[in-house]
Amino acid sequence: MTAGTLAPAAPRGSLTMAVSAFRFWLVNYRRTWRGTIYSSVLNPVLYLGAMGLGLGTLVDKHGMSRLGGVSYIAFLAPGLLAAAAMQTAMGESTYPVFGSVKWLKTYQAAVATPLRPADLFHGHLLFTTMRLIMNMSVFLATMALFGAVRSWWALATVPVGVLTGLAFAAPIEAFAMTREKEQSFSVLFRFGMIPLFLFSGTFFPVTQLPEWIRPVAYITPLWHGVALCRALSLGTAGLAGSAVHVAYLAALALAGLIAGQRTYRRRLYV
Amino acid sequence: MSQAPGSVTGVLDLDVLIHAKALTKRFGEFTAVDGISFELRRGEAFGFLGPNGAGKSSTMRMIGCVSPRSGGELSILGMDPVQDGPAIRARLGVVPQEDTLDVELTVRENLLIYGRYFGLPKSVIAERTARLLEFVQLAERAGDQVEPLSGGMKRRLTIARSLINEPEVMLLDEPTTGLDPQARHVVWDRLFRLKQQGVTLVLTTHYMDEAEQLCDRLVVMDGGKIVAEGSPRELIEAYSTPEVLELRFRLSEHDLAAEKVADAPAERIEVLADRILLYVGNGDAALAAVRGLGLEPLTSLVRRSTLEDVFLRLTGRRLEDG
Ligand SMILES: Nc1ncnc2c1ncn2[C@@H]1O[C@H](COP(=O)(O)OP(=O)(O)OP(=O)(O)O)[C@@H](O)[C@H]1O
Ligand SMILES: [Mg+2]
Repeated sequence: MTAGTLAPAAPRGSLTMAVSAFRFWLVNYRRTWRGTIYSSVLNPVLYLGAMGLGLGTLVDKHGMSRLGGVSYIAFLAPGLLAAAAMQTAMGESTYPVFGSVKWLKTYQAAVATPLRPADLFHGHLLFTTMRLIMNMSVFLATMALFGAVRSWWALATVPVGVLTGLAFAAPIEAFAMTREKEQSFSVLFRFGMIPLFLFSGTFFPVTQLPEWIRPVAYITPLWHGVALCRALSLGTAGLAGSAVHVAYLAALALAGLIAGQRTYRRRLYV
Repeated sequence: MSQAPGSVTGVLDLDVLIHAKALTKRFGEFTAVDGISFELRRGEAFGFLGPNGAGKSSTMRMIGCVSPRSGGELSILGMDPVQDGPAIRARLGVVPQEDTLDVELTVRENLLIYGRYFGLPKSVIAERTARLLEFVQLAERAGDQVEPLSGGMKRRLTIARSLINEPEVMLLDEPTTGLDPQARHVVWDRLFRLKQQGVTLVLTTHYMDEAEQLCDRLVVMDGGKIVAEGSPRELIEAYSTPEVLELRFRLSEHDLAAEKVADAPAERIEVLADRILLYVGNGDAALAAVRGLGLEPLTSLVRRSTLEDVFLRLTGRRLEDG
């Protein structure tokens, strides 16, 4: 503990710092992963079983033309995958982040070290990405087991699901850093997540909605995720359409990234 | 640890670790730190003494590079906290006023995570963890969760955690507030050892005995300003008398006695709610003089002046009144 034995280390790069912050979540996750695996596996099995097979039998009896000639489960499954990405992202980017600054104060501890607020933000986004990759992979595998995959392009639903998740995670995490009360999040879930889940084309084509309201669906990020995942899974994805979806989702994620760097700094450097 | 002279801006003395001039912190309209200036040299133990709301933590957070200053100059280890925050923090050890331990993790995991933040390899962290937990007497609790630890243990763990990067400067914000006397003495002892090992200590406290025990030099803060500066001895000599005579009277006689005692030969008299303090050169002689005035106190006590008296003199308030 003699003073000065530590030669000033070369400044570490942003990525290394973000990885240090990511490790924190990893150590935490080592204690909680069992619970999350349970929900990651159970969620797709239950939804695909009940809605895909159960409801699907009824829907398919009415003819498949409205669904583009595919079975309901093949239509539904990729939509649910995108919705699961949203759910995972929102779960990770609200309470855990808010708790770190408000309850546990682990973020305040971390900024006393060489890490900067932005490093903490990036580190948590890395962790969210990891969780998304895990959940998307499990979801896709379950889809395959249910026979709900129509094309090899379905493999691309994993990265697209991750991107969809990040289009939610980054802006919401930026928002979470500005909150003083956790109630903000129940509002977000009730009036944000649930309507999106129901009306972004997950369960039925948006074209079933009245014409005047469709544009609202088209600007929601979930619709872009759902549409692209579905096109990939059914093997009907076109280059131009896919590019628009990807660009839209990436733009949202990027906007969230920029906003979050700011809100993290403002919250932690007071 | 040697600084290239060229990188030192405005500070010529390489032993000056922290240099602040007219340092100011505002929260909106409110000025929490109001243009304070001080210098801190390598190896010294420097204290900020002051009541609640004096601006001690705000100052510490600026030094810790987690709170941008609103005005004035601040250089730490020859660097600017705004430009070089990560490089400065890499060489600081911070014990914040409020514990920020991860109570869901174990004692050892807390040090592991923290060490990782400094970019230390696992093997180095493991070796230091063993040594540091020994140092703060928590070796047996290494594998335990932090949550159920006592306040004193958590404080010691926070100190151990702040040492994981072998810092040159430690920032201790009220290191012993809320601890029982025995736990405080353990902490004092550890801090004293660190100081002997050459670590520069910067601490805040509202305990005068803590300041007297640990600080070579201190500043008294009140309302965001520095109202006095010096070693504990210098401050006592400058702002108080060698001895203090404390008198207690029956509550019914307190006010009358306060009037009468004004005739006693004292350099200064402070009338508190429950006591009367006479600042004098010789306490016993003063007591005899008080009795000569026909006053018979319920209890009397002659003691040496402390920083508490300095504080009372400077601010008109007692420290614990805040
Ligand atoms: N983030 C903040 N926003 C607004 N005001 C603040 C903030 N932090 C501190 N203050 C105010 O600044 C003043 C100084 O606070 P500070 O925490 O520096 O005092 P202190 O000397 O550490 O007090 P204590 O002994 O209670 O810890 C207080 O009046 C406090 O309310
Ligand atoms: Mg304080």
